[in-house]
Amino acid sequence: MKARQRGSQKEIKFHSMAIECLVLGAGQQVGKSCVVVSMNGKRIMFDCGMDMAYHDHRRHPDFSRISEYGDFDKALTCIVITHFHLDHIGALPYFTEVCGYRGPIYMTYPTKALAPSMLEDYRKVMVERRGEEEQFTSEHIVECMKKVIAVDVKQTVQVDKDLMIRAYYAGHVLGAAMFYTKVGDSAIVYTGDYNMTPDRHLGAAQIDRLQLDLLITESTYATTIRDSKYGREAEFLKAVHKCVLGGGKVLIPTFALGRAQELCILLEDYWERMNLKIPIYFSSGLTMQANMYYKMLISWTSQKVKETYSTRNAFDFKHVLNFDRSMISAPGPCVLFATPGWISGGFSLEVFKQWAPSEMNLITLPGYCAAGTIGHKLMSGKPSKIDLDKDTQLDVRCQIHQLSFSPHTDAKGIMDLVKFLSPKHVILVHGEKPKMATLKGRIYSELGIRCDDPANNETVCIPSTHHVEVGASNTFIRSSLNPNFNFSKMSSEDESDSRLKDGKFMPWLQVKDERAAEGILVEEKGKRAKIVHLDEFLLMLGEKKHDIRFAYCFPINTDNLEDTKSTDVSSSSNALSVSGRSSWLPMLYIKLSDELSGGNIQYFGEQIQVESFSVSLCLKDRCPYRIVDSPPNKCEAVFFCCAWSIADEKLAWKIISILENRNYGTL
Amino acid sequence: MKFTCLSKGGGFHFPPCHVLNVCGFRILFDCPLDLSALTIFSPVPTGYRAVVDEKDSDCQPYSTLDSDCVTWKRQKIGKPLDANDLICAVPWYKIVKYLHLWNVSFIDVVLISSPMGMLGLPFLTRIKGFSAKIYATEVTARLGQLMMEDLVSMHMEFRQFYGPEGSTFPRWMEEEELDLRPSALREVVLGKDGAELGGWMPLYSAADVKHCLQKVQTLRYAEEVCYNGKLVIKAFSSGLEIGTCNWSINGPKRDIAFISSSIFVPAHAMSFDYHALQGKDIVLYSDLSSLDTMEGIEDGYSFLTTDSFSTLSWEESAQSLLNTSEHLEEREKLYYLCSCAADSLKASGSVLIPINRLGTFIQLLEQISASLESSSLKVPIYVISSVAEELLAYTNVIPEWLCKERQEKLFSGEPLFAHVELIKDNKLHVFPTVHSPKLLINWQEPCIVFCPHWCLRLGPVVHLLHRWSGDPNSLLVLESGHDAQLALLPFQPMEMKVLQCSFLSGIKLPKILPLLNVLQPKITLLPEDLRQKVRFTNVNPFSVFHYSENKTLIIPSLKDSSELEIATDLAFQFQWRNLKHENMNITRLKGELHVAHGKHWLHSGNKPSKSNSSKSRPLLHWGTPDLETLLSILSKMGINASVEQGVGVEGSKKACIVHVHDPKKALIEIGDTGTVISAVDENLASLIFEAMDSILDGI
Repeated sequence: MKARQRGSQKEIKFHSMAIECLVLGAGQQVGKSCVVVSMNGKRIMFDCGMDMAYHDHRRHPDFSRISEYGDFDKALTCIVITHFHLDHIGALPYFTEVCGYRGPIYMTYPTKALAPSMLEDYRKVMVERRGEEEQFTSEHIVECMKKVIAVDVKQTVQVDKDLMIRAYYAGHVLGAAMFYTKVGDSAIVYTGDYNMTPDRHLGAAQIDRLQLDLLITESTYATTIRDSKYGREAEFLKAVHKCVLGGGKVLIPTFALGRAQELCILLEDYWERMNLKIPIYFSSGLTMQANMYYKMLISWTSQKVKETYSTRNAFDFKHVLNFDRSMISAPGPCVLFATPGWISGGFSLEVFKQWAPSEMNLITLPGYCAAGTIGHKLMSGKPSKIDLDKDTQLDVRCQIHQLSFSPHTDAKGIMDLVKFLSPKHVILVHGEKPKMATLKGRIYSELGIRCDDPANNETVCIPSTHHVEVGASNTFIRSSLNPNFNFSKMSSEDESDSRLKDGKFMPWLQVKDERAAEGILVEEKGKRAKIVHLDEFLLMLGEKKHDIRFAYCFPINTDNLEDTKSTDVSSSSNALSVSGRSSWLPMLYIKLSDELSGGNIQYFGEQIQVESFSVSLCLKDRCPYRIVDSPPNKCEAVFFCCAWSIADEKLAWKIISILENRNYGTL
Repeated sequence: MKFTCLSKGGGFHFPPCHVLNVCGFRILFDCPLDLSALTIFSPVPTGYRAVVDEKDSDCQPYSTLDSDCVTWKRQKIGKPLDANDLICAVPWYKIVKYLHLWNVSFIDVVLISSPMGMLGLPFLTRIKGFSAKIYATEVTARLGQLMMEDLVSMHMEFRQFYGPEGSTFPRWMEEEELDLRPSALREVVLGKDGAELGGWMPLYSAADVKHCLQKVQTLRYAEEVCYNGKLVIKAFSSGLEIGTCNWSINGPKRDIAFISSSIFVPAHAMSFDYHALQGKDIVLYSDLSSLDTMEGIEDGYSFLTTDSFSTLSWEESAQSLLNTSEHLEEREKLYYLCSCAADSLKASGSVLIPINRLGTFIQLLEQISASLESSSLKVPIYVISSVAEELLAYTNVIPEWLCKERQEKLFSGEPLFAHVELIKDNKLHVFPTVHSPKLLINWQEPCIVFCPHWCLRLGPVVHLLHRWSGDPNSLLVLESGHDAQLALLPFQPMEMKVLQCSFLSGIKLPKILPLLNVLQPKITLLPEDLRQKVRFTNVNPFSVFHYSENKTLIIPSLKDSSELEIATDLAFQFQWRNLKHENMNITRLKGELHVAHGKHWLHSGNKPSKSNSSKSRPLLHWGTPDLETLLSILSKMGINASVEQGVGVEGSKKACIVHVHDPKKALIEIGDTGTVISAVDENLASLIFEAMDSILDGI
């Protein structure tokens, strides 16, 4: 006898591991974004943003939670930055140059190209405004950017042997990307900020259908359904147009890159369409040089803008002229882009002082201005006087237009993305707490996906996917891929009956492809586990099959059968005029069809077959399988012989009991 | 796996073409045109021919430079053929010679590695029944489109001259006509074995090109696409040109790397990403550039081959692949070319550069303008081509496809290539044709002209050659590797200086082995012609197969099994059984098999597995049951049984019957190949089964 044990020690091991998601920023708030995800031994930081509402340590993510002793190179595998906005990249130079992280940093080409200018603008404002201690210097920015590896959209980047990242177009700003990250079998997507509808200069977010354990998505507009951005863009253009028609001047304070080009492309297009001749100026801080970035990166814009590159690059602004300080008080309407963006000083402040007192003029403000800046003061209410400093006060009579087209996705977009990706789990960040809670509920109730909205410095653990890798024999693969058609046919006797039963026309033949991969996984010492086909397995062992089957022969009272016949058959319109032994099997068939729900019952004339179970009339006088004692009225009984294999054990006894119950039930 | 080389191609402009059968799919690599064959046609005659100034005709033959790296040669024109021998007809175009013998509807995938490898594609896509998926990088597709559009527009000139083509077979292809042609010419038409006549096609239309491009799926570098779930295909930069690529093809049974002509450290394009091709099972080595240079010697041309001036130390290390010597050589060639150009310009001659290699063209533009600047020569540079404007604009919006140095320009906000500034500063003028009114207003001589086409039969170059061929101060820069004698035939007598120059077009011979050592494939496919050139020692850990044209190579399978990934939830349901004597663990498994992403996946199906009780029951048994053991096990279960021996029906082998009376009636019929259990109720039957199961091996 061969010894055998079940559930023995195996060489295939299952690691049950989790994905750990530590939210260092943008947890239940719209502020600094920073999420650290640990999966399968890798640790990735997504975004390294700064919170501009704070001026103390709270503006940075709490990096000490990553590594207590500040050994960030060991603690992190890499950093991934989604786009160049300060709330996503603002703390990066501080983290690399001051905290000393030296590992790889990934971002898209446009982000790498545009980020230094954004960081430098911000640094200048901070230093100039308060003369405060620098968090990082210009050199820090340069050094930090040297560590950055630029990636292209859809490029599969192997960070190391196990960690793969891939950027997908996110549409939020030029170069914004969602990042797909995969370690082993676990995969997540971190969206950063994204926009699901295309706008005038950027396309909509685009991603493949991926198998994901986790989706970390922004939720700025967790409950808002927004109209298209076109409406608000049109509002802005109308306001500008109205002002210049009235002979007024329009001041658009912006930083060198980003909004300046976005707005300028709008104005250029509008000027062209309306055939306007009023000059658009760029102040000296906003050189045409800055547009060069956008020109070279035109392939990252919307399809419409992209197509213009050969004839005239859309960022080759035709109507834009350089501005001279002497023109500030020159008469006549104009539009001026001036730095810095929040009117915190510099040229935009100089112009603001001159133009603000006239009600003919217009100032546009971005959606966000750092606290303490003039821009911030203008945003809060509509002040008629502004304190420039302790001694100077300025009358503000000009119109103020706040730009409200923020390129974030709305609730519908978030739901669409979650539905499209169908991850196993969702984590919401970058939103307001109550709205996130609402969205979280929707994701669970409508899509059935578990969802979390952790606060800052909270960790969420979710299970991750794993696969076991084995070899598979060619026969197994072939047999598993071969269609396994299952034909169920209406038997000819029964057909007319049942087809009329429901008043529906049943098909003669039903075909189902029930292909299933069935095989045996074999694990030999020192060899790779391998799946083989059943047929191959015995060959492999050199053994012969020993088939174990069950058999059962039992009587059925014929009186009872006659009853069934008369009730069931005569009630149908064309009654069967058969009697005698040959009609008993069809009657069993009818019974079974009635009482056995499911199961593929087939009638072959000589026998009835359900899966491996078969029953036929037993004509032998002494059947070896006739174990049961015969009923007393033996002459009236008809014997049926059944056989089946172990796979259908339950089914077989169920059928037998159906048939037998009929029999004894009438006794 | 089967591999067939349809054509070894010839040089940069005519890349090789192969067919690979893998995983039941047929993959075509590249679909180029042999444009060098165009030289058998006579160019369109032009109205003017420059009158040669007698005084200038005693020019000095251009001296060759002593440089080891480059050899330049003033062309001495012998006259084996006469200009009148050339065919005066609308040219036809020659595709890969054996491609027309294949049924294109059986091709599943087409992989295009370079714009040059795309020029014949519209011939395929316009065939009814062609349904293959075509992959090319975004830039290859765009540049290929521009090249094809340019070809179509240059070809128009012939149509206008000769009138619309008849739909019939052109006269020059008829046998009697061909017999009258000189043998050299006949060979171009028919090929060495006479089999190539079927490869000639009338050119496609602009509509065909458009239609073709619509069928191309474009990729970024390292973007993953999955064909039919089975093949995961990725393009990686090859460094030859902007956007050119090598391919990585991962299937369930083998991973393949296809290496086209590649340059390790190019000056403009993203460098050869060979790291991405490491660890593949099979390397299909299709960089035949080192063959072209060798063939050159045999033809008696005096350009230098890779090995003749190679001072590279033979180091089998990745380091040697990246040394910058070839980069410097290329730079020196360009410097030399610039100085030659400057000399001609100083002598009031013009410089005509019909070089269509994008990288060389862009770099020459930069170098020449810089050298003009430094020698304070104020000479206009013209680029004349129907697609030049778009081409130049395009090169400045694709930073992601360029080498590190160019990408740095993006990050510092400078234009990627100097031509942007040159156009702005009015030093570089771009015109679509020689007849452009703007050109006529602008035209100044001496000047430098870049224009197509290098075969000297099509495009603006024909007009300008006619104009300047008699001027001994003017300079024509040609790429070597083609039959210059034949090319210049219609422009004889040539007083113009001719500079032939070869440019790096692939992996140099000494780098092949170090590369393969870095890549570590299990099997390498090399062209037969490299058998003598690349010698393998026995210590090489990989086996080498050599392929030659139009012979199918069958590559043995490496594994007898495929990779399969089992979902964890399914794996947790496993019920292992240990077969002691075989020293193995076995478990039955059932699930749904999926093929996705080049892998097989086994998931637990949607249907819940059958009821739990039967789940643990083995369904397959083997071995011979032992009656004694059975009876003792039964009695342990409280079942009393007796054996009735030998009811052998046919007397062959006895089946024994075990009768059970207590607790209930049952019968076990044990035969040679199987056992039948018959019991009064389910419980007893089940118990007996368990007893049987325990004396047999089962799963």
